[in-house]
Amino acid sequence: MTSKSRLLAATAMTFGLGVLGAHDAAAEWKPFKPVEFIIMAGQGGGADRLARFIQSIVEKHDLSPMPFIPINKGGGSGAEGLRYLKDKEGDPHVIMATLNSYYTTPLRQPEVGVDISEFTPIARLAEDYFVLWVSADSPDKDLDSYVANVKEKGKKWRMGGTGTGQEDSLVTTMLENDLGLTMTYVPFKGGGDVAKALIGDHIESTVNNPSEQMGFFEADKSRPIAAFTEERIAAFPDTPTFKELGHPDLVYQMQRSVVAPGGIDKDVQDFYINVFKQVYESQEWQDYCKSEALECAWLADGELQDYFMKEQEKHRKILQDMGELPS
Amino acid sequence: MDILANLAGGFVTAFEPLNLALMVLGCFLGLMIGAIPGLGSVNGVAILLPITFVVPPTAAIIFLAAIYYGAMYGGAISSIMLGIPGASTAVATTFDGRPLALKGFADRALVAAAVASFVGGTVSIILFTLFAPPLADFALRFGPSEEFALMMVAFATFVGLGGDDIPKTLLMILLGLVLSTVGLDEISGRPRLIFFDISGFYKGISFIVLAIGIYGIGEMLWTVEQAKGKVEIAQHTVNFARVLNGIRLLKPTLRTMGLSSLLGYFVGMLPAAGATPGSLMAYGLTKSMSKNPQLYGKGELAGVVAPEAANNAASTGALLPMMTLGIPGSPTTAIILGGMIIWGLTPGPMLFIEQSEFVWGLTASLYAANLVTVIMNLALIPVFIWVLRMPFTILAPLIYVLCLVGGYAPDNVMHDVWLILIFGVAGYALRKLDYPMAPLVLAIVLGPLAERSFRQTLIAEQGDWTVWATRPISAVCMLIALALFLYPLILGFRRRRAAAAAGMEMQG
Repeated sequence: MTSKSRLLAATAMTFGLGVLGAHDAAAEWKPFKPVEFIIMAGQGGGADRLARFIQSIVEKHDLSPMPFIPINKGGGSGAEGLRYLKDKEGDPHVIMATLNSYYTTPLRQPEVGVDISEFTPIARLAEDYFVLWVSADSPDKDLDSYVANVKEKGKKWRMGGTGTGQEDSLVTTMLENDLGLTMTYVPFKGGGDVAKALIGDHIESTVNNPSEQMGFFEADKSRPIAAFTEERIAAFPDTPTFKELGHPDLVYQMQRSVVAPGGIDKDVQDFYINVFKQVYESQEWQDYCKSEALECAWLADGELQDYFMKEQEKHRKILQDMGELPS
Repeated sequence: MDILANLAGGFVTAFEPLNLALMVLGCFLGLMIGAIPGLGSVNGVAILLPITFVVPPTAAIIFLAAIYYGAMYGGAISSIMLGIPGASTAVATTFDGRPLALKGFADRALVAAAVASFVGGTVSIILFTLFAPPLADFALRFGPSEEFALMMVAFATFVGLGGDDIPKTLLMILLGLVLSTVGLDEISGRPRLIFFDISGFYKGISFIVLAIGIYGIGEMLWTVEQAKGKVEIAQHTVNFARVLNGIRLLKPTLRTMGLSSLLGYFVGMLPAAGATPGSLMAYGLTKSMSKNPQLYGKGELAGVVAPEAANNAASTGALLPMMTLGIPGSPTTAIILGGMIIWGLTPGPMLFIEQSEFVWGLTASLYAANLVTVIMNLALIPVFIWVLRMPFTILAPLIYVLCLVGGYAPDNVMHDVWLILIFGVAGYALRKLDYPMAPLVLAIVLGPLAERSFRQTLIAEQGDWTVWATRPISAVCMLIALALFLYPLILGFRRRRAAAAAGMEMQG
């Protein structure tokens, strides 16, 4: 071998390795600048707290070489965040934490121009439950006495929840329609405020998530009447579901997922799926689900997209029933 | 004497070497973060939260609480020295702190801020120590109607300001209220006043953006014009004797300190309110109760004392609903709450029972953090004063840069930066026309709270407004508001009659 051919061989090897290396790097895509972690809700609410909690787990276990930076874009019931994600098509450094307004906002505000089927699904980490609550001082111990009491009070019965057209008001409408009740829905800023208003006797009932009432429940200040779930919630074994009380349609859950913009590479998607898989499997996350009575429920990739599509159809129907959308 | 024993145990925890070191570090970091415009305790706590995962929970919360505390002190520094509110909680401090600095009394303003913060903090920690559970119960009794009545008290203190031009004050309040409705309506979920369809307006106009625009950019333009570029700020060298003298000068403001501390603590305790409304209300109340309201806004020491005592008291107040009810009283406490969950602690009524070592360790460290920060702050005054010695040609551009960075930092959107510039120019123009700015800032902070509680009350009560007269707490607040509103009017009327009787013009 001449020195020239040796050089050529060496160059070829370097290139070969280089190509191999590049291929490796592609399979192992990693963010090379900070990741924007969009939250389609305002600061301090349940979704925000959850996203920041996830960020803490990512930091604690060093799951990403670059930090996740939570940014709230909650305007227009999340329209602000949805629009932002659409405009960031193909950008590998943006992900978004979702809640159920992920379905309802694009339906209610078509002018935003967002089609969620274009986004890249990453992972669903949990489903949150809804429970019907009254204050511990309330005479209502079960659903029958609750219904009788609401019927007697009529519009004087105040149900608290967050925002209009958001999850709590959907659940309230479902409850009213199914049980033939009419009550006054009072919107508050966040789930914590709703919980506090119940304990302070400023409203008569709520449909809080378990985590929002947990502290009061443990201190015997609030009482769950029935759960909007398929099965009884492990944390409240004595609380019946609406389903077993003969109201099979009163099942409603809130998904806690992460999505990315459309048009990103498969290995980028895989990187994020892998990060959230590790978050999901961490002790902190599992403990959080237990202590806050969430259901840890993993779903990723294509399965998650199917789930989103099915849920959006379900919400289209609920909104039509509420008269919020034309049938 | 259960409390004393618990507290003693808490001090033992707080003075463990690791905890003590973290507390001193936290106070220092907080002071710096608070002093940088745009970075407040919210950002500081959020950025430094991950650091706390490597230490035990008690040490972690001591660290975060120290940052939180330090930032409350630090916010005053840039308000006074640069005229840019260092944090939203320190906006009211610029009203009188900046004029004092321009007159050459920056050291007095800084001493006043530090001492008032110390008093506010201490009063509220004592309240926290002795009465946490009953106070939490009392806070629960504040529903929408009570909140609205309380907001009316706040507005009344600003309308009924003897010295100011009342029509102009009202106009500025109305303007602030209009600006506060921009964005998404919380109750109906509908967008309102989205100017030119710019999507940045969806999130509403943040009041820190308005405050930085008006007080940072606007005031700077005004100063440049007034001085024709030759700004001379008289400032003596600061020595220990001057600091001591500064403390002595605060004696007449002791009552203000006490009242503002109580008010701040109470407002901070209410969820959804927090330290910013607390400090603005304390300022308004102090001014309307003063014998010389016309001196406020021109460099009155009590005008610095009131908001600073109140914002520190409120920051401790906001910890109360978080710890006892699991509901954060301010955005910063919301982040601390997230931290507590990851440390494995569930905030709420059970925390005091199940984790008493944690609670008392925190309480004791609040006492200590307060002392550490006031000493640190007083010791650093000469360093802060040094800023004013900078040539104006360097200082002015620096202030502009800090304003823009400070406006960009919280939400990372350019939209806010453009708004700051617009508000800056508008603020300058309004200032030339002699409109008061404080009522505008107050309205944009309290407007959303007042609107929400007003509508919630009417929805809940089926449109029956008599609830404000029949519910005891609401009724008392409404009466106070009415009295505060009418008092200066009557006073002004009498004064004018007396003046007319004497046959001479009386200048207000």
